[in-house]
Amino acid sequence: MEAAHAHEDSHDHAPPSGIVRYLTTTNHKDIGSMYLWFSFTMFLVGGIMALTIRSELFQPGLQLVRPEFFNTMTTLHGLIMVFGAIMPAFVGFANWQIPLMIGAPDMAFPRMNNWSFWLLPPAGMLLIGSLFAPGGGPGAGWTMYAPLTVQQGMGMDLTIFAIHILGMSSIMGSINIVTTILNMRAPGMTLMKMPLFVWTWLITAYLLIAVMPVLAGAVTMTLTDRHFGTHFFNPAGGGDPVMFQHIFWFFGHPEVYIIAIPAFGVVSQVFPAFARKPLFGYASMVYATSSIAILSFLVWAHHMYTVGMPVEAQLYYMFATMLIAVPTGVKVFNWVATIWKGSLTFETPMLFALGFLFLFTLGGFTGLVLSVVPIDVQLHDTYYVVAHFHYVMVAGALFSAFSGVYFWLPKWIGKMYDEKLGKIHFWTSIIFFNVAFFPQHFLGLAGMPRRIPDYSLQFADFNMVSTIGAFGFGISQVFFLYILLKAIKSGEKAPQNPWDGADTLEWTHLPSPAPYHSFEEAPQVK
Amino acid sequence: MNNETRANNRLMLKKLVVMSLLMFGFGYLLVPLYEKICDVTGLNQVVKADELVNTQVDNSRLITVEFDSNSRGGLWRLSALEKKKKVHPGELIEVMYEIHNPSDFSVTGQAIPSYGPTYASKYIKKLDCFCFKQQEILAGETKKLPVVFVIDSDVPLDVHTITLSFTIFEVEGGRTSSAEG
Repeated sequence: MEAAHAHEDSHDHAPPSGIVRYLTTTNHKDIGSMYLWFSFTMFLVGGIMALTIRSELFQPGLQLVRPEFFNTMTTLHGLIMVFGAIMPAFVGFANWQIPLMIGAPDMAFPRMNNWSFWLLPPAGMLLIGSLFAPGGGPGAGWTMYAPLTVQQGMGMDLTIFAIHILGMSSIMGSINIVTTILNMRAPGMTLMKMPLFVWTWLITAYLLIAVMPVLAGAVTMTLTDRHFGTHFFNPAGGGDPVMFQHIFWFFGHPEVYIIAIPAFGVVSQVFPAFARKPLFGYASMVYATSSIAILSFLVWAHHMYTVGMPVEAQLYYMFATMLIAVPTGVKVFNWVATIWKGSLTFETPMLFALGFLFLFTLGGFTGLVLSVVPIDVQLHDTYYVVAHFHYVMVAGALFSAFSGVYFWLPKWIGKMYDEKLGKIHFWTSIIFFNVAFFPQHFLGLAGMPRRIPDYSLQFADFNMVSTIGAFGFGISQVFFLYILLKAIKSGEKAPQNPWDGADTLEWTHLPSPAPYHSFEEAPQVK
Repeated sequence: MNNETRANNRLMLKKLVVMSLLMFGFGYLLVPLYEKICDVTGLNQVVKADELVNTQVDNSRLITVEFDSNSRGGLWRLSALEKKKKVHPGELIEVMYEIHNPSDFSVTGQAIPSYGPTYASKYIKKLDCFCFKQQEILAGETKKLPVVFVIDSDVPLDVHTITLSFTIFEVEGGRTSSAEG
């Protein structure tokens, strides 16, 4: 269903036409567009699930849905937003931008690229289809903790297969990206001359290759526990459910950087363009990003302080987690230094990048709060955690993706978006985002647990405010769809480089829209 | 794309595929690694007799020990004969659990202990426990199961209540009876 959507909606700028073009295309621009439309479709689907959750939480008591269905909604909302919306969105950016930014004619393995994309719609259908399986969809949370996952109905099996397929797609996409970046750069484009967006994707792709197989292993163990008599997580047979958490978070913590690092890359292109200054501290950005990636493998158990680990282990994970604040701080300081004394203008991409900077930093701070063991033991599984990761996932990754769409849209479709509408989208998004998620900090501090469809009366007011904010935020994203369609249909013609300070190859060497086949002759990079 | 780039790309593809396969294997390697770490650090050795180091009885303190039980699967019932007991740290304590198998076939089970609060668990030294080995309960049988333990007198002063909980799991293939189909 989403598949049909993805190609119907995709915009045309190439000779062949019809569905077959999109089924068989090996062109990185077509595939990039399909990724982006797919992720936007899944974003709306996941958004509807989020609004179902928020509607139920509008008032205390059970009004709209049954608790089992509520659990399914929280689970699928998480899985769809992480694996269906944010990750494919940034892979879409990678497909479009990496060849353009390094002066390559296409991705290294165009056919595999097509396959990576077309694995996504079946995975999306499995996830959504699980809702209609006997026993309902998966209700164990997006982290799929055993032993609940061992006990659930058939919907869980569909979810496990969806994860397998998504994992394969991610791994193939990552292999493609790494190979493209390492082997296909234009002459003269040394590694340390690559735009930072390309660097962040190189690091992200390595992270994906390292951890997606571990997730595949974890869900395979769940599958064999369910059906083939193994006892990895089943204590009845000598297994250990806590071990699932260790394996999952060995994947799960790098995963949050897989989402965040390409977002860093996008804003690292946007800030210099709108400050009309080169990026401050390019080399330190590369090293900071690499050290974040390496550290991300060493801190996973900070997600599970309450499982009863020895205090020495808690101390180690606490200090290692705090250490990540150092390279992240380096990045934030570099972005601030980039805009410092720049000739700033505030078009929509810049506004979203600034929104990212403020709110991602705030989300980073609450992360630092949660890294402290005694505080986390108190706040574990409360709405404080929900608020924290929505500040980094939504205001961080998603705002950065919006910034990137507005920034590169002129290059992609050759037309400008409506600046005024873009600004409205930004302001409604950032205001409603804060209305929705800021009160959740207070709810968490007051002790409201997450993933529960009902709550005590004292939480009523903040929940009502949060739900109103969530609906405002949701409507703003439908408005974003309107802005996109309007730009595609009747946007003003975009010049080759609409942004004064943008100086990467796609702006300096290619017209807008970028031709279907670009850089067949590699440009010379000085 | 010229032939040289193509060859280089192929080589890179092979390396990266090998890397992801190795990481898939690593995911499975985490299982024995986890068990080994638990073994070495003594984190998960709950069904083995502890060695008692400190035999000093601290008569000045009383700790309430609560006895809890769970039966996974609902086939049988495990229950403690005493619900709670006030004990001195260092004192040798024996309590009885009782299990009843109402079905018409014999079942084999394994009990797994857990403790609350978690940080008190290392001060409970079990000298004998029915959880040290699998228990076969015959059809219709009611069996008494003993636990003998000492609370180490080094137990922190803020511990006033300790819960000792057993969950009994059915061991697969442990059912025997002519009635079983």
